[in-house]
Amino acid sequence: MNSQSHYDVAVIGAGMSGLAAAIRLAHFGKRVCVFERHNAVGGLNGFYSIDGRKYDVGLHAMTNYVPPGVKGTPLVKLLRQLRIDREELALSPQKRGRVAFGAHGETSLVFTNDFAVFEQSVAELFPAQIDGFRRLVEAVRAYDAVSIVAPVDSARQTVRRYVSDPLLEEMLFCPVMFYGSAQERDMAFRDFVVLFQAIFLEGLARPIEGVRAVLRVLLEKLRAAGGQRRMKCGVQRIVERDGRAAALVLDSGEEVTADHILSSIGYVETEKLYRPGWVPPEDAKGRLSFVETVNVLRCQPAQLGWGDDAIVFFSAYPEFRYERPSDLVDTRSGVICIPNNFQYPAGVGLREGFFRCTCLANYDRWAALNEADYRAAKATALVEITKAARHCMPPLSPAERLSEATVATDVFTPCTIERFTGHHAGTVYGSPVKNREGTTGLSNLYLCGTDQGFLGITGAMLSGISMANLHILQKG
Amino acid sequence: MTKDQVKQAVIDIISDIAPDEDLSNLKPDVRLRDQLQLDSMDFLDIVMELRKRHGIEVPEADYMQLATLDSSAEYLTPKFNALAKK
Repeated sequence: MNSQSHYDVAVIGAGMSGLAAAIRLAHFGKRVCVFERHNAVGGLNGFYSIDGRKYDVGLHAMTNYVPPGVKGTPLVKLLRQLRIDREELALSPQKRGRVAFGAHGETSLVFTNDFAVFEQSVAELFPAQIDGFRRLVEAVRAYDAVSIVAPVDSARQTVRRYVSDPLLEEMLFCPVMFYGSAQERDMAFRDFVVLFQAIFLEGLARPIEGVRAVLRVLLEKLRAAGGQRRMKCGVQRIVERDGRAAALVLDSGEEVTADHILSSIGYVETEKLYRPGWVPPEDAKGRLSFVETVNVLRCQPAQLGWGDDAIVFFSAYPEFRYERPSDLVDTRSGVICIPNNFQYPAGVGLREGFFRCTCLANYDRWAALNEADYRAAKATALVEITKAARHCMPPLSPAERLSEATVATDVFTPCTIERFTGHHAGTVYGSPVKNREGTTGLSNLYLCGTDQGFLGITGAMLSGISMANLHILQKG
Repeated sequence: MTKDQVKQAVIDIISDIAPDEDLSNLKPDVRLRDQLQLDSMDFLDIVMELRKRHGIEVPEADYMQLATLDSSAEYLTPKFNALAKK
């Protein structure tokens, strides 16, 4: 066997979960190589440059932020397992976030990384609900979300035991679903707990340079540990022999072998690698994708009167519908991120303003468009999404058109996501069917990342870590 | 190696795994879990760092021997010394 082409572990995909897994494995002496089809790392949380401007995709902020000294939380576990000093990430907490409902975002809950602020906001807006809300929070805190055997209860039904006002229910589900649910309309209560904790009980923070700062730290750890990575080097298929993954065939036709394979590319996508002609069951296919727009502003958002909100989850209607829209885009609800509005150290800030908006989208509709229609639809989506999003923000001050403050824009669609991440139908949160154990039909092939079912950005990295620990390191 | 040196080796490993913990006043006879915020992932790391740095194998059945610094020293010192003789 050629020593150049055999590894202890091959990791498919250089996103957050694949990189985290590879760091663990390399640190403990495994010969590990990460195979990435794209020429950039990051996967669903990546970045790109246009005209010298840097854009992030996916990641708005790190969730699960806790201040130094707080222990035992997912962020702390993650930093320990990857031997990352929290100084290396240089996280700056959000100024504040909002859940804004109504045509002008007039029904608005405020949250910061101090949970008392959110609780107070719920008490003011929903005085009759606050006792139930507090009991819900107690139930969330007491819930053992890491247990693999936790029952899969409906989050909607469970939350309704505590919260009887449908508006409050929707305002709680909107952020939680947007930040990680692969399931339409409802989710497992366990997943609600994980995301509620990630956003509200812990909090949001961001390195000034966004996702690329996180990726830079991960790449440096991987390199220092002796892990390899091969870029523009996708895995085309896995050769099966006797129920095992015997070899990986790369896009170039080259064959490599590995004792273990960790795949971060998704459940359906991984199964297809070794089951030619396999048709995935309908319920395993994700249906949710997004269109994201970016307005680059020539000034700081604060100069337009938008200096407070880092993240806004909005819905123009009291009924929040988290489902695949029938149209190209559903602008009735979405998420706004203003990366300028984090508490960066004095004298540090982003040079330009950014106004990023994300709305639910229908992959099939986008994929059916011809080139000219696709381009036109992107332009329309930019206008419509920006319009919807700014309605839930305070009026611009001085009163001017947002377009006059905008110096550059970009849009990506479900098709863009599919092209650059390989995720079927641009499903950012993958399949609604999650596989916590990460096992597959092949004894030495495991899943990590989105479809293993640890949700959110911190979850992605913890997924890679956990699967590397469980299937490879603990077995010696 | 003396038992104190073995204890120091364990403390060195914990300080790398959990740099956010204060290790200056560890009581050798009290369970590490009761003095520090260490979970099962962290204990797995102690075991793996012992193997990586010192070539010491701790089978899963023996993980409880690492509960305190004293019990760690008791359990690991013969292993360190057996390796040194090789």
